[in-house]
Amino acid sequence: MYRAHVLVCGGTGCTSSHSGELIDALNENIKLKGLEEEVQVVRTGCFGLCALGPIMIVYPEGCFYSEVKVEDIPEIVEEHLLKGRIVKRLLYSETVTEEAVKPLNETNFYKKQHRVALRNCGVINPENIEEYIAYDGYRGLAKALTEMTPDEVIQTVIDSGLRGRGGGGFPTGKKWSFTAANKADQKYVVCNADEGDPGAFMDRSVLEGDPHCLVEAMTICGYATGATEGYVYVRAEYPIAVERLQKAIDDAREYGLLGKNIFNSGFDFDLFIRLGAGAFVCGEETALMTSIEGNRGEPRPRPPYPAVKGLFGKPTTENNVETFANIPQIILHGAEFFNSMGTETSKGTKVFALGGKINNTGLVEVPMGTTLREIVEDIGGGIPNGKKFKAAQTGGPSGGCLPADLLDIKIDYDNLVAKGAMMGSGGLIVMDEDDCMVDIAKFFLEFTVDESCGKCTPCRVGTRRLLEILEKITSGKGTMEDLDRMEKLCNYIKENSLCGLGQTAPNPVLSTYQRFKDEYIAHVVDKKCPAGVCKDLVSFSIDKDKCIGCGICAKNCPVEAITRTDYIAPGHKLASFTIDTDKCVKCGVCIGNCKPKAINK
Amino acid sequence: MLKKISSIPFKGTPEQKAKLDAVIAECKDDKSQLMHVMQEAQGIYGYLPREVQVMIAEGMDVPLEKVYGVATFYAQFSLSPKGEYDISVCLGTACYVKGSQQILDKISEVLGIEAGECTDDGKFSLEACRCIGACGLAPVFTINGEVYGKVTADDIPGILAKYMDA
Repeated sequence: MYRAHVLVCGGTGCTSSHSGELIDALNENIKLKGLEEEVQVVRTGCFGLCALGPIMIVYPEGCFYSEVKVEDIPEIVEEHLLKGRIVKRLLYSETVTEEAVKPLNETNFYKKQHRVALRNCGVINPENIEEYIAYDGYRGLAKALTEMTPDEVIQTVIDSGLRGRGGGGFPTGKKWSFTAANKADQKYVVCNADEGDPGAFMDRSVLEGDPHCLVEAMTICGYATGATEGYVYVRAEYPIAVERLQKAIDDAREYGLLGKNIFNSGFDFDLFIRLGAGAFVCGEETALMTSIEGNRGEPRPRPPYPAVKGLFGKPTTENNVETFANIPQIILHGAEFFNSMGTETSKGTKVFALGGKINNTGLVEVPMGTTLREIVEDIGGGIPNGKKFKAAQTGGPSGGCLPADLLDIKIDYDNLVAKGAMMGSGGLIVMDEDDCMVDIAKFFLEFTVDESCGKCTPCRVGTRRLLEILEKITSGKGTMEDLDRMEKLCNYIKENSLCGLGQTAPNPVLSTYQRFKDEYIAHVVDKKCPAGVCKDLVSFSIDKDKCIGCGICAKNCPVEAITRTDYIAPGHKLASFTIDTDKCVKCGVCIGNCKPKAINK
Repeated sequence: MLKKISSIPFKGTPEQKAKLDAVIAECKDDKSQLMHVMQEAQGIYGYLPREVQVMIAEGMDVPLEKVYGVATFYAQFSLSPKGEYDISVCLGTACYVKGSQQILDKISEVLGIEAGECTDDGKFSLEACRCIGACGLAPVFTINGEVYGKVTADDIPGILAKYMDA
């Protein structure tokens, strides 16, 4: 028995800010004080509050230390672990009150969250199967295998109202029933862990923080659909996730939770990992299966659907990581546990990866129907530097943006689609007044042009032509006719592309055009970028009455475009400077260095 | 994405070939393992020049065209060698809105190479990548896997200087 536990976040965010070194330092200092029998250090998955990493929690007190440095460790060990005195200066400021330390789940970031898919992340040691088992692990599987028929399992998933968390939102139970209905000598379960949306990282967190949950869920799916083999397709960019999942699979095999005759039920199931190699289109289910087969990951027309002809030509069920992460809980606690949360059409919770211009960057899980305002302002802690909220982008390169007047929208699948955005995998990027929406649309288009597999013409050629129009607009050469052509082309690409990538690629353009038409028109008619992002439309000038004549701008200008004038402003001693706009390359160095803020763009 | 094909002569060693042969021997009965073999090969050689692609094609008994097709399809596979220090700038959405394009531009300016290129002395290579999942630290870039987070363009010369002298 240990009298104290130190949980250190070992997710990618905190590992990047050297949480591994903290663990080494902790163990070293604990040994130095002779506490190794009393204090245990545990490397867990992601706590969610990545902005404050590296993070650690000390139990039993539940002290949440944030932004800890290696130099702080001796003090934590000496003061807290040895003498029992909490190191207040390192506590997350929101947990510190006058009299006591506030529990973490009463802070704004955690208060409105409800963790189902992420329930074990940051709680257990993901590399220890026994900790998972102690937290009800594999009980869902045991229940399914020993007390339920496959049809009952599927019915429970249908009743729970769970919908695919990867983007489309197709009812999961229905998907399972399609595969179950097809007879074949071999069927497969495939997990899409290729998290391609740049800016979403919930799947990675589940893999890193609770890999056994996925093993359990896929085995349940195998039982329900009649499959005996499963593949997890993981991004190669997630080395920690791959390592922990492999360990989870190996341990599960050793414990008899994978392999032959699981729980003495006569059911066999085994799992294998396949590494992706960086192709966004592989998030599309048919492309993903083509890739597992060792080919270029190109999608193919549906039907036949994977439930009929999927991986290696056999009936296959494909779900993403977050979808699977809900399954063990649903089976264990019943459909009502899940469908009592959420809205009419979207049950349960959803994980969002909050990023961009927001104070509490990180991972949050909230019941469906939570408003955008609650997520951005309460949980996310608002926009940094006192800037104004402009829009939230959801659904990544396939999604759209929600402007300030939609802050009170209740987030669920159907509400988002009705507003021209989509749930996608749950990336939620917040933008402030300094972001140009035309530039953002261009950014996403560059992404889809890069990632288009090239198989069908509307996507391969269409997205490139669309990007060219956007480039024309952001460089100040666009016309009103271009805007019309842009809209037409968007609709053409949507209607005619083969797979989801092309069908949704124009969404960021259409959505920004619908919500921020005035910005597009400012670029085209006034030849101005209101946010000051599009370089070709920005010109720099010095306010001659604010300029104090210090000359720092001129010294730092890489092209010598700034020179002194002979004008001395009233109240100043030195003559002011001016910018030669013909020479100026708009690098912005001068603005950053100007103390009196005399330079405008 | 168009891939840059290197003109630097191939310098594989017998040890490297032995390692690759072992991987191929293990996988050659299962054609769906082609990508796995290529990932291992890139781990061994650092990139996938034509010579290595030929070895894989012959060993796995698949057409060279297919190996080349897969190599050019996926972003992870590189047809030119990486520098001693491989720099990767995240251009995922979260990093982009926090200014990672300026980070890429600055590194490009300091090193005098574009994304996808390697410096003449083979010391640095530069590429843009999509989201390494450290969005909480945006904007981020990595040098040989070491993550630099919450950086500004002004930090770049200082960080690179450490490696230039190394």
